[in-house]
Amino acid sequence: MLRLTLRNLVARKVRLVMSTLAIVLGIGFLAGVLTFSHGLGATFDNIIEGSTSDALVRTEGEVSFQASGAGTTKLVEPQVIERLRELPEVEAADGSVDGVGAYLLGEDGKLVGGTGAPTLVFNYYDSVNVAGDPILILESGQWPDQPGEINLDESSAERGGYEIGDEVTLLLPVGELRKTFELVGTSNFNGGGTAGATLALLETSEAQAVFLGGQDAYTTVALTAADGVSQTELADAAKTVLPDGFTAVTGQKVIDESDEQIGQFLDVIGYFLIAFAVIAIVVGAFIIFNTFSILVSQRVRESALLRALGASRRQVTWSVLVEAFFMALLGSTLGLLLGLGLSRGLAAVFRAQGLDIAGEVLVLTPTTVIAAYVVGIGITMIAAFVPARRAAKVAPVAALRDDLTVQEKALGRRRILLGTIALLVGAALMGAGLIGAPGADAAWIGAGAVIWVITVAVMAPVLGHPVLVACRAAFDKVFGTTGKLAGENALRNPRRTGATASALMIGLAVVSAVGVLAASLSATNDALVDREFRSDFLVQSPSFQGFPTKIGDEMEQVDGVGTISRMQGSVALVKEDQDFVMGVDRAFARIYELDMVRGTQDISGDQAILSESKAGDLDADVGTQVPVAFPGGQTVDLEVVGIFEDTPITGGVTMPISVLEDAGLRRNDSTLSINVAEGADVGEVQAALDKVVEDIPVVTVQDKEGFSELIKGQVNQLLFMIYGLLALAVIIAVIGIVNTLGLSVIERTREVGLLRAVGLSRRRLRLMITLESITIAVLGAVLGLVVGLLIGVALRQSLSDDLTELALPLSSLVVFLVIAVVFGVLAAIVPAVRASRMKVLDAIATE
Amino acid sequence: MTEQPTGGAPDGVAASAHDLVKVYGTEEAEVRALDGVTVDLMKGEFTAIMGPSGSGKSTLMHCLAALDTPTSGEAVVDGTSLGRLKDKALTNLRRDRIGFVFQAFNLVPTLTAKENILLPLDLAGKKPDPAWFDAVIDAIGLRPRLGHRPSEMSGGQQQRVACARALVSRPSIVFADEPTGNLDSTSSAEVLGFLRRSVDDFGQTVVMVTHDPVAASYSDRVLFLADGKVVDELREPHRDAILERMGALSDAATSKAG
Repeated sequence: MLRLTLRNLVARKVRLVMSTLAIVLGIGFLAGVLTFSHGLGATFDNIIEGSTSDALVRTEGEVSFQASGAGTTKLVEPQVIERLRELPEVEAADGSVDGVGAYLLGEDGKLVGGTGAPTLVFNYYDSVNVAGDPILILESGQWPDQPGEINLDESSAERGGYEIGDEVTLLLPVGELRKTFELVGTSNFNGGGTAGATLALLETSEAQAVFLGGQDAYTTVALTAADGVSQTELADAAKTVLPDGFTAVTGQKVIDESDEQIGQFLDVIGYFLIAFAVIAIVVGAFIIFNTFSILVSQRVRESALLRALGASRRQVTWSVLVEAFFMALLGSTLGLLLGLGLSRGLAAVFRAQGLDIAGEVLVLTPTTVIAAYVVGIGITMIAAFVPARRAAKVAPVAALRDDLTVQEKALGRRRILLGTIALLVGAALMGAGLIGAPGADAAWIGAGAVIWVITVAVMAPVLGHPVLVACRAAFDKVFGTTGKLAGENALRNPRRTGATASALMIGLAVVSAVGVLAASLSATNDALVDREFRSDFLVQSPSFQGFPTKIGDEMEQVDGVGTISRMQGSVALVKEDQDFVMGVDRAFARIYELDMVRGTQDISGDQAILSESKAGDLDADVGTQVPVAFPGGQTVDLEVVGIFEDTPITGGVTMPISVLEDAGLRRNDSTLSINVAEGADVGEVQAALDKVVEDIPVVTVQDKEGFSELIKGQVNQLLFMIYGLLALAVIIAVIGIVNTLGLSVIERTREVGLLRAVGLSRRRLRLMITLESITIAVLGAVLGLVVGLLIGVALRQSLSDDLTELALPLSSLVVFLVIAVVFGVLAAIVPAVRASRMKVLDAIATE
Repeated sequence: MTEQPTGGAPDGVAASAHDLVKVYGTEEAEVRALDGVTVDLMKGEFTAIMGPSGSGKSTLMHCLAALDTPTSGEAVVDGTSLGRLKDKALTNLRRDRIGFVFQAFNLVPTLTAKENILLPLDLAGKKPDPAWFDAVIDAIGLRPRLGHRPSEMSGGQQQRVACARALVSRPSIVFADEPTGNLDSTSSAEVLGFLRRSVDDFGQTVVMVTHDPVAASYSDRVLFLADGKVVDELREPHRDAILERMGALSDAATSKAG
């Protein structure tokens, strides 16, 4: 029996390849995603562990990881380092000057690494990490040991187009805006790569000059333990000599903090990608199910012969399942290899976004291999089980009969009933989500959506009937008999057509649901910008990071500028919880009139205004004192003087910018709002403002339209990424159509021969098959788009707090339908050519 | 080769084979299915081609019906030599000038009886002649079943629909390949009676391959093939005469094998 099964596999190579392809692609995607996620985690783990010393002296405050971005001015004096060095537990103590908010410009004047990954500028010192290895390794040239020298990480130097000896330009957050250095060497974190971050190493006194205004001081101190001293002992010993406001933490704590911060971010990426892998695999399962259904129906005579020769039902079932097993084994193995390639592709995509993952960490882990085989074989066997059972039900006498195939039955009434009930249950779940059942609304709607998609997939033969009939009528009208034959062919086996279309439906349902959300998001943003963008111009960095105040200073000098308001954001602990607070200047009130619920918008001194929702969260009201702890450890009690309606104009906790300054934060601006003076030409002012930031690519001047476009661009970028990830599921579905058509053509060999004999030309035969393919694709697209539209609208409704506007991407839906038709045409090419090459006589003579 | 008038003339050649050779396989496995067949099939005649299995009778028909290409020699249908025609021209020839009835799988399962009958005309983009269509439908006696699909009809009814399809486009010649091979004797009689009437009443040319002497006895002329050659011919055949010839052919084959 086994030998026969293997022979079967080998004998039908083309079929094997096509069916296996669905498994290969699905598993390939899964393996690729898992490998990529693992590589992503490993990259950061390596960097974090490779760049952390035994213990670290830093300012007090829990928010160390983000606080480094806020730019505290509290510094470690050199004497403190001397005292640390004298401790017996300390082998070495290296003062570090960490600069934040700097950017590296490439030779072409553009930002290196975009604005996604951070640019880390610090002084070079030869400290070692927790494992006792150097934190930094030199790749070429030398370390910076003179003012004016710089050492860049290898990848940034390459991306910036710099070679050793070149002049390198940095944009700095304080003092001089642009400063040039001589590149003396390149380096890397010992962990390998920088994950896309840009490293710029300066000589210590130069770093102090650039970031600390020339003070001989440091921002943190890296401690190396003496032999036999534990991290805890080292940190405890260090604490005894530190001045107030500073603390020492173990390297392990720093690693744990970083892991936690980055882990969340990486998990989001991982789950996001795995969701698409699951979609691809479900689509693949449909294809496998369909392929085996057709194979089994074509092999009725063979199965019957086996039964007649004494094979038991179980043996026939097993022969099909074993065939599926070997296909799955082959498919999963090839899928793993494909996955390795795909993970590199994903890495390349992320690299373009500024997240650099080294190729060495993209390896197949045992977990990935096991997961790929378990999922690949499991899904294939499950998908093949029903057809395998059907094969066993063939009566032995069928071997002697002439009619070759068992007609797959239309859906029974019971199934239609069950399907209808399932659709109602799905609708009820969605309804529950919409009227606010306990728990997350989106979870209810998601559950309903999954039930809907699966039910529609199973019921496609019934639900899709009107679509098929419409296609037949349309094709009959346009293409005459050929069109009618194609329409009839799609209708003759509704189950097969339905199952093939379902694979496409799943992908398109997600596409259109996501499309509705994205369109609604864009519409919401448009409305929001329309309502809230009240100044003539906004000056921001695309990543909403801070930029030097000098830019604002220069813009104040521009002719025609009337009012200019500055805002600075900072992380802080508000009532013990981490938050992002906003400092605004006096001019803020002249541009923005907030809708006050209570109290006043006017703030001065240690006062704050809260948004309505933030006030609720903090249980605060006008007159309440709210403690805010800033990076650097300073806590300020702010008096709440007003509550305003929620708005994206400013943060939930807004205070005078002086509060931030007094708390020891270095001044920079995160947003400038500019109104032109009366009578000034808006266009001219914009041109003049643009000129200020001409060679500072981190900062852009935007008017309302520009800002709107920027946000739309960001939404679209995400949307296209999702579409790109869904493309694989759609490709698998198209392979399914190729497969079904190919097998149908073989099954209908004699009919094709008859049609050719009575006068159907090759061209029209190809047209007939193409039209059948288009019918399947249109069916899948229509079902998918309609279901996705409903799901998208329901999801939007549940998110209506954030997505206040509902927009239907109708033109996109039409485009998807057209794309589906194009895919239908493409899917038909191979089967159509194969059918038209069949010799008429062979077709008729086939037994 | 000059174009000859088509249609009702009782004499003249509808199709002809000139030294037709068809070889399958190569070298040792070579089979000469047709070994130099020269024959004229006359207009307005019902010709039966008979012979034992492997005698080449089906191959001869396939070559004459533009379904297969001969290795050498020439096949002419309705004055057109098939040798130089491309696939498109052959397709048009089959559609416009040849009617087919096969042993099995004669109808497109997705189309109704009427749609099947009109299929060659639809493919050619032509309208049927209503009077002719009615005459054919009445002749096969299936008017009430025109809206049915093949799966709702008996084998005999299906075969009669196939015959109607072969006739409705008024082809120069109808080729029937074992049209009664799958039918019981009553259904066979209906189908053969219809083919006979189409010759007598409509002046249709019919060529039928069969190994059933009863079927052959409906014809005007029987050609006997053996080993790829025309070995004998009978006019106005009677069943017993056919049986006798077949027996002789079979004996010859046996003695040759012995």
